Amino acid sequence: MSVELNRIDDRLIHGQVVLGWGQPMALARIAVVDDTIAASPWEQDLYRMAVPPEIEVAFLAVDDAVRAYASWQADARPAIVLTGTVDAMCRLAEGAPALRAVNLGGVHQGPGRVERLRYLFLTPAEERALLALEARGVAVTAQDVPTAAPVPLRELLAGRGAA
Amino acid sequence: MSERPPAIVLGHGSLAFGLVDAVERITGRGRRLHAISNEGLGGAELAARIREAMAETGATVLFTDLPAGSCSTAAVRAVHGIPGALCVMGANLPALLHFAMHDELEPADAAREAAARGGAAIKLYPDPARER
Repeated sequence: MSVELNRIDDRLIHGQVVLGWGQPMALARIAVVDDTIAASPWEQDLYRMAVPPEIEVAFLAVDDAVRAYASWQADARPAIVLTGTVDAMCRLAEGAPALRAVNLGGVHQGPGRVERLRYLFLTPAEERALLALEARGVAVTAQDVPTAAPVPLRELLAGRGAA
Repeated sequence: MSERPPAIVLGHGSLAFGLVDAVERITGRGRRLHAISNEGLGGAELAARIREAMAETGATVLFTDLPAGSCSTAAVRAVHGIPGALCVMGANLPALLHFAMHDELEPADAAREAAARGGAAIKLYPDPARER
């Protein structure tokens, strides 16, 4: 499997992704799945600044990512797929059944959000969406960096995942 | 010296506060810098926090700790489209000290000099040039 990580992270491309996760897996590709950024060349340039030249970066709307996902899986090069929201990842997973695991890497403070971990704040609607994703057989865990222990979704929603 | 800080320092964790504290201890001019942490903030929230601080202080210069990181991404978002605003990414203590000491310059000019000063301040010992 060449998609090594499907990550929800509202900071998208940043140090944890490029260094923390990327270096140990010899990351070759980052796919940013975001409808807004896919239509915004200057924002794409902004995120490219954070990526070493040897790593390929692609920016796709969710619908385009659904069509591309199988080819990323078939590619031998390690890839990370990033979304900035729970909603975008759920839409991607719905259209791409090969997506079998989701990493909650960073969803920060916002209106209606409740702290589940120091890097994870979720609204009730987001929690329901993640539980529905898991019910469809997708493994959902929270883990900001590879050296941290992954926290299963049900454990963190039960308040047992405090980091 | 103006009481309103002409620059904002953004960093991971408590780094920005530590850098500003160091500038204050070395020069007594820490008030020229306003520190913000990215702790607990997503990209959009951090950019909003920066814009709020720019509006409150009038600051037009942003220093960030790491060129490839959430602070820089949010900082560039915050200055995008604002005439005269400038972002210095990967700033270190020598850069901030230079900026703090040059209130006779326009903030953007002082920031450009500070960027050059900060880059040049990184040294090796033993000096490879002297070892040849």
